[in-house]
Amino acid sequence: MLSDTKNNMNTYHRADAPKHPIPLHLQELSLKLRGKPLFSDLNLKINPGEITTLMGPSGCGKSSLLAAISGTLSSEFSVSGIICLGDFNITTLPPEQRHIGMLFQEDLLFPHMSVGENLSFGIPFSVKGKKARAELINQALEDAGLSGFASRDPATLSGGQRARIAVLRTLLSQPSALLLDEPFSKLDVELRERFRAFVFRHAKAHQLPTLLVTHDPDDAQSTGGRVLKMSDLNN
Amino acid sequence: MRDQAHTNQSLNRGRTTGVLCSDALGWLFSLRSMPVLTLLAFLGPVLAGLVSTLLPAFGYLPVIGGEELSFKPWAELFSHPALPHALLNTLTSGFAATIISLILAIGFVSAWQGTKSFQRVRTILAPILAIPHSALAIGLAFLIAPSGWIARLISPWATGWEMPPDVAIIHDPNGLSLILGLVIKETPYLLLMMIAALDQSEANQRLCLARTLGYKPVAAWIKAVLPIIYRQIRLPIFAVLAFSLSVVDVALILGPTTPPTLSILVLRWFYDPDLSYRTLAAAGAVLQLFVVIGAISMWCLGEVVISKASKPWLINGRRDLYESLVSAISKSAMKLIITAFLGSFTVILVWSFTRRWRYPDALPSVWSTQSWGSNLYNLFWSSSTTLAVGLASSVIAIILVVACLENEKRRGKSAGTGALWLLYVPLMIPQVSFLFGVQIVTIRLGIDSSWLSIIWSHLLFVLPYVFLSLSDPYRCQDDRYVGIALSLGASPARAFWRVRLPMLLRPLLFALAIGFAVSVAQYLPTLFAGGGRFSTLTTEAVNMAASGNRRVIGVYALLQALLPLLAFSAALGLPAFVFRNRRSLRGI
Repeated sequence: MLSDTKNNMNTYHRADAPKHPIPLHLQELSLKLRGKPLFSDLNLKINPGEITTLMGPSGCGKSSLLAAISGTLSSEFSVSGIICLGDFNITTLPPEQRHIGMLFQEDLLFPHMSVGENLSFGIPFSVKGKKARAELINQALEDAGLSGFASRDPATLSGGQRARIAVLRTLLSQPSALLLDEPFSKLDVELRERFRAFVFRHAKAHQLPTLLVTHDPDDAQSTGGRVLKMSDLNN
Repeated sequence: MRDQAHTNQSLNRGRTTGVLCSDALGWLFSLRSMPVLTLLAFLGPVLAGLVSTLLPAFGYLPVIGGEELSFKPWAELFSHPALPHALLNTLTSGFAATIISLILAIGFVSAWQGTKSFQRVRTILAPILAIPHSALAIGLAFLIAPSGWIARLISPWATGWEMPPDVAIIHDPNGLSLILGLVIKETPYLLLMMIAALDQSEANQRLCLARTLGYKPVAAWIKAVLPIIYRQIRLPIFAVLAFSLSVVDVALILGPTTPPTLSILVLRWFYDPDLSYRTLAAAGAVLQLFVVIGAISMWCLGEVVISKASKPWLINGRRDLYESLVSAISKSAMKLIITAFLGSFTVILVWSFTRRWRYPDALPSVWSTQSWGSNLYNLFWSSSTTLAVGLASSVIAIILVVACLENEKRRGKSAGTGALWLLYVPLMIPQVSFLFGVQIVTIRLGIDSSWLSIIWSHLLFVLPYVFLSLSDPYRCQDDRYVGIALSLGASPARAFWRVRLPMLLRPLLFALAIGFAVSVAQYLPTLFAGGGRFSTLTTEAVNMAASGNRRVIGVYALLQALLPLLAFSAALGLPAFVFRNRRSLRGI
């Protein structure tokens, strides 16, 4: 079943990306906010195509952990430890060189760009030529059942459509890992299940090590993967 | 051996200094240096100007042979027969304008917040603020003078006047028309500042709570909301007070003349052909500074007294506060202000196309474009100068402000309230108190009467307003958009140019328009830094205001008012056009 979906799906790979899918590896990661520890010595290895869930109430530092991994943490925080993609240490790299995709509760589509422009913003520069880029965009939209949406204004789309575009934008940037910051919590129940399946299917098809943070047990269960509790990490 | 060690050491030292130098250069051209450079660019001239005004005030002005410090200018100043009355005029008009504007603004917000008329008034505030003080003052003079439009409209049937009566309405000795002119401009300003403060605080919840406890609107607002938001509108109030006490252009057009207010007296001394008046003028300029400092201190004292005295009154449980009286008075006052504004604008327009308008006809009998046609050359040059200086200073201000705010974002720290006080410094120090000094400095540096000095002097006043207008939207922008752009692989520069700035297009253009409007309105900085070589629409209009040639004054005042209005329309229209297919950014 899984391999079947994989064959039907377009996956995108960066020219400079490792040939084989690689794991995301956190080693003794500690995070402090203005000197106050949020968690310490977190060790976690997520294999390609594996979805690991981290659960905890809001405000416990889940989002900060994701920001630390993606490199977008504000300077009030201090990080120690090592973040690796495969054998490659990315701990001190700026966010744009980490190739770690992020999805938030809000879709955060750029409001000044059309759907197609949003997607094109994600496609690496190494994909040259208008035609090649447009082809990628159309393919992606087709995958998501949104053919012909390229010239649309994101603000005119439904919540579910926008959420899918946000996923496509991230995937088109050809990330090496995927971080999900409660991306399902704003959607209503029915839409939520379908969208969850959409995201997980793509994450697996792209063989991305994926870390999901959520406070919803349903989300955690649906991944079929490991579930960790934030409270277990604090020592 | 020792020699070699020595060479090594000096080599090393050479290397370290090299590294230090390139570090310093790197710092100079990096974002981190921007706040410091901006503050220097903007406080440096103010301080230099103050010092260079202070020295002549104590007799030190080598150009006219004053090389020793003395108190002679002060003795002259305090024995000058016009001084006591001028001081009195300054204080009464300054305090009256500020207090009346504040009361009207508070009264209007408290009685009308949340109603439809409040929304309507809110939309018309922006154009009132956009139009330069002096253009409005000119329009007001055309309106209320004995030979003005109002008198023409009601004569002779109501007044019996066939000739303009010989009463001093404009330039009245008590400064009433000056106060009126200031109130028309300052009430909308304070109102806007209050609305901004309301949007930021939890004022609306408090208001609702007080209403559910049975307090009527005015009482609820004044007892539950005002004490909280007052802190946020304090600096704007000080700016209004300082401005009203030291204003030059409006006072020249509407203010008393024998004696005038202190700032005008000082200006007259500065421009006296007899150079020995310069030290007296400098002493007067310093006194003007002390008047403002003293007035602000008095205001602070008043705040303490009022907050102490009102404590029991705040909690006495009375739930109404002259509700109907406050709402009636504040609404009619606001109507009056808006009518005066629209009337001033219209009368300028009418005069600029007038050929012949006999008293007491209600309208001109012969219209023409002659006043425009015969001044085309001058109009072209003063408009171009206005445009060039306004664009240059506001664009430079935007670049500096964006660099400072972006530095804040990247370093994750925002400037404290101390920085806000520094921003208000050029708005609170009277222009006459440091611009004379600035002129002396520019002459010494050989950059007087140059584009550099005129643009820089405008920048001092443009920069604070641009910062005040842009800082909130910039700081409030959701940083995750830039974060997303980065994790999609965009460089910080690309994320800044393609995501951060386009999303801020509307506030950026609005700040640009505010900066431009502030620059267009500058009278004294253009006069002092331009050294008479530069004439803008504002200097021409103000200088001509005394001439009585209403047709030509009307042309200049109209253009002076139109330029900022056009800038604001562009600032609103351009994003609406660019984002016509982007619903969430289209705005109104």
